[in-house]
Amino acid sequence: MCDQTFLVNVFGSCDKCFKQRALRPVFKKSQQLSYCSPCAEIMATDGLHENETLASLKSEAESLKGKLEEERAKLHDVELHQVAERVEALGQFVMKTRRTLKGHGNKVLCMDWCKDKRRIVSSSQDGKVIVWDSFTTNKEHAVTMPCTWVMACAYAPSGCAIACGGLDNKCSVYPLTFDKNENMAAKKKSVAMHTNYLSACSFTNSDMQILTASGDGTCALWDVESGQLLQSFHGHGADVLCLDLAPSETGNTFVSGGCDKKAMVWDMRSGQCVQAFETHESDINSVRYYPSGDAFASGSDDATCRLYDLRADREVAIYSKESIIFGASSVDFSLSGRLLFAGYNDYTINVWDVLKGSRVSILFGHENRVSTLRVSPDGTAFCSGSWDHTLRTKNYLFVSLQVWA
Amino acid sequence: MAAGPASHGGLRRAQRPHLSKMERMVVSMQDPDQGVKMRSQRLLITVIPHAVTGNDIMEWLIHKYCITEEEALHLGTLLVRHGYLYPLRDPCHLELRLDETPYRFQTPYFWMSTLWPAAELDYAIYLAKKNIRKRGGLFDHEKEHYDQLHRKISHTWDLVVMQAREQLWAAKQRRKGDRLVIACQEQTYWLVNRPPPGVPSVLEQGPERNSCTAGRVQMTKTVDFYRREVECLRKALGRARVKSSVCLEAYLKFSSQRGPHDPIMSGCLPSNPWVTDNDTYWAMNAPSAAVPTRLRVEQWAFSFRELLEDPVGRAHFMDFLSKEFSAENLSFWEACEELRHGGQAQVPALVDAVYQQFLAPGAARWVNIDSRTMERTLVGLGRPHRHVLDDAQLHIYMLMKKDSYPRFLKSDLYKDLLAEAVVPPKTKRRVFPFMRKPRHSSPSPALLPASASREPSGGDGEA
Repeated sequence: MCDQTFLVNVFGSCDKCFKQRALRPVFKKSQQLSYCSPCAEIMATDGLHENETLASLKSEAESLKGKLEEERAKLHDVELHQVAERVEALGQFVMKTRRTLKGHGNKVLCMDWCKDKRRIVSSSQDGKVIVWDSFTTNKEHAVTMPCTWVMACAYAPSGCAIACGGLDNKCSVYPLTFDKNENMAAKKKSVAMHTNYLSACSFTNSDMQILTASGDGTCALWDVESGQLLQSFHGHGADVLCLDLAPSETGNTFVSGGCDKKAMVWDMRSGQCVQAFETHESDINSVRYYPSGDAFASGSDDATCRLYDLRADREVAIYSKESIIFGASSVDFSLSGRLLFAGYNDYTINVWDVLKGSRVSILFGHENRVSTLRVSPDGTAFCSGSWDHTLRTKNYLFVSLQVWA
Repeated sequence: MAAGPASHGGLRRAQRPHLSKMERMVVSMQDPDQGVKMRSQRLLITVIPHAVTGNDIMEWLIHKYCITEEEALHLGTLLVRHGYLYPLRDPCHLELRLDETPYRFQTPYFWMSTLWPAAELDYAIYLAKKNIRKRGGLFDHEKEHYDQLHRKISHTWDLVVMQAREQLWAAKQRRKGDRLVIACQEQTYWLVNRPPPGVPSVLEQGPERNSCTAGRVQMTKTVDFYRREVECLRKALGRARVKSSVCLEAYLKFSSQRGPHDPIMSGCLPSNPWVTDNDTYWAMNAPSAAVPTRLRVEQWAFSFRELLEDPVGRAHFMDFLSKEFSAENLSFWEACEELRHGGQAQVPALVDAVYQQFLAPGAARWVNIDSRTMERTLVGLGRPHRHVLDDAQLHIYMLMKKDSYPRFLKSDLYKDLLAEAVVPPKTKRRVFPFMRKPRHSSPSPALLPASASREPSGGDGEA
């Protein structure tokens, strides 16, 4: 309707200022209201102001990103593989499956080591969470979660509890008990509450706090005893898929990776994002700190693993090969940080020389995608879990976790 | 085919970058100059052009990507399993055979990224065609699906049968060679999209990501989100950066220093428990071992953090500090750690206890903090929270790190520890390697008394 040919049809009280005036229809967020002329004019400029702010912020963000890349590039005087030319190449590399843990009936999604270097906890698609002594391959505990797709599980530092969660949007802590009369599920504590699936969880330095990452785009720090939210971390633009705590002296930061292709480093105390890196071309499935705490590696659906240095504030290495086209689901370093183990969705595990950037070895052992991979706390072995299930005899399915050394 | 390309195929493709990479690979394999050697395959009396054998494919992969045979076979198998290659002789298993079996490249119409998800109606038509062509020629699982579909879409079943008949009639009009090829293409497509039982489906994905699209739209479009991002970026621009050369040199130093301590790189003495089934290594390196190994004692010299992280190292450091009458520093630091990582409910009590013991004037174990930090801390104590002692803790930590720690490393105490440390002998190779040693079980950390579980520095699981 053109202003000049405006005809007064309605006369009544304005929806904004409530004065008795000639009214015109106005649409605000697809809702029709009736405003008087002056209010309608104000609203028009208001709306413009809001849009301007959004657009200008967006463009400011883009230009700042460009400037940041320039600044980062200024101090980049050498590439990692150049520096690593002096380093001796690694010799023949032999790692074999030393243990096969059979017992899950469906895809293994996540696993974690206990600090005693031999026990592990693993979770699967059918809701089962199992604690194993992987040295003897005995199962010690088993819990069935009330949800499927338990995508996150963690062992408490004391070895007395486990945490797990998935499609139930929660993280629950189960104290481990050997009492035959006690039902583990009875003592379960619901700690974290998110609005979408739980993708990762980790205890901090003690059994009392848990850090979680969720499909709702946030990470959060919780007090286990009370379930209280201690700190939340907002900044990812999409699902957060992974996190890892920094092995630093002050123990105050962690890194998270998400579907927005960003890896972000957070200050646990203030909840602020300290650093952000956006060089991957697809979802980041896994992040893990380099043992010194000065860098971290990430594995992504774009079939590459990358190393980001925190002091140089940039990506310093890309681990990729043309023949590797499936995404990396899980990465971890060996104890000295010289080797990077990465499990891929093409059922293989590739071992990378972190310094030289070349692939040292490829391990075949799984018959479906490798979903989780962790090096043991003392670095003597690593465990990989996958989606494979092999039908051996009728109705008998087993899924394997494998320990390699 | 009745249905057209999937409407949200485009969206899903973004979530599966490996498909576009496979497609690029397959396209380059068909390049007339650089691609795989193609030949014409004679099947009985028909001749099918543009066929390749498994060996050809492998050779091309090995040559193009400089990979081993094993990896090339694996990659080739993945291409077949995803339906980008199909065997010309009655395909019922999708695998890459290295004999004379001819393969052909799947037509892009049937690619997973084009025609996905597979429509039920199309499947019904396919099964109906198969049923009509050879009575009782359906496999068990196909029969099941057929009956299921019949029940589900019984109201349009006439359409299904009619379509099936028409397609069969149209096929009869084609040349035998074309008919064979199209049948194989279609069969492969359905093998990928409706795999027989026992065959893992390559279509399986985890839970949907970015599913809360409403939330995501809100997340990315609000002013708040961009404001936060701009703030984060501004801060990032202001931070101090270190030259790459310095950072990268640090990795070299770190890795070479830790190399001998990395069991996967350098092995471990007496032996790696996973390899020899002998858990002596764990017994010797238990958190509270009486005599630490040499490597372990050496590690205490790498960094202050690692000294403190090792219970035995920390205990010896405490002894050293006691001799220097500064043990309260370490105790204070430990108490602060307990506060930071303890339960929320214990915070007020712990803060009070720490104050009474370490910070109050005339306290039994008074710690020497600079006046500014002390003032700030005392003010903060009015409203205790878990981070109220962070500044003081950092100050004492730095004091120990810069002052006591270097002296510890130079001290006789440490030198004696190094000298007394054990270097375990390497386990002799077993004469009868096939006789397995019994694998000892170990008590679970969860069995230990409750007091042990309070320790923030990790369990006491002895192997």
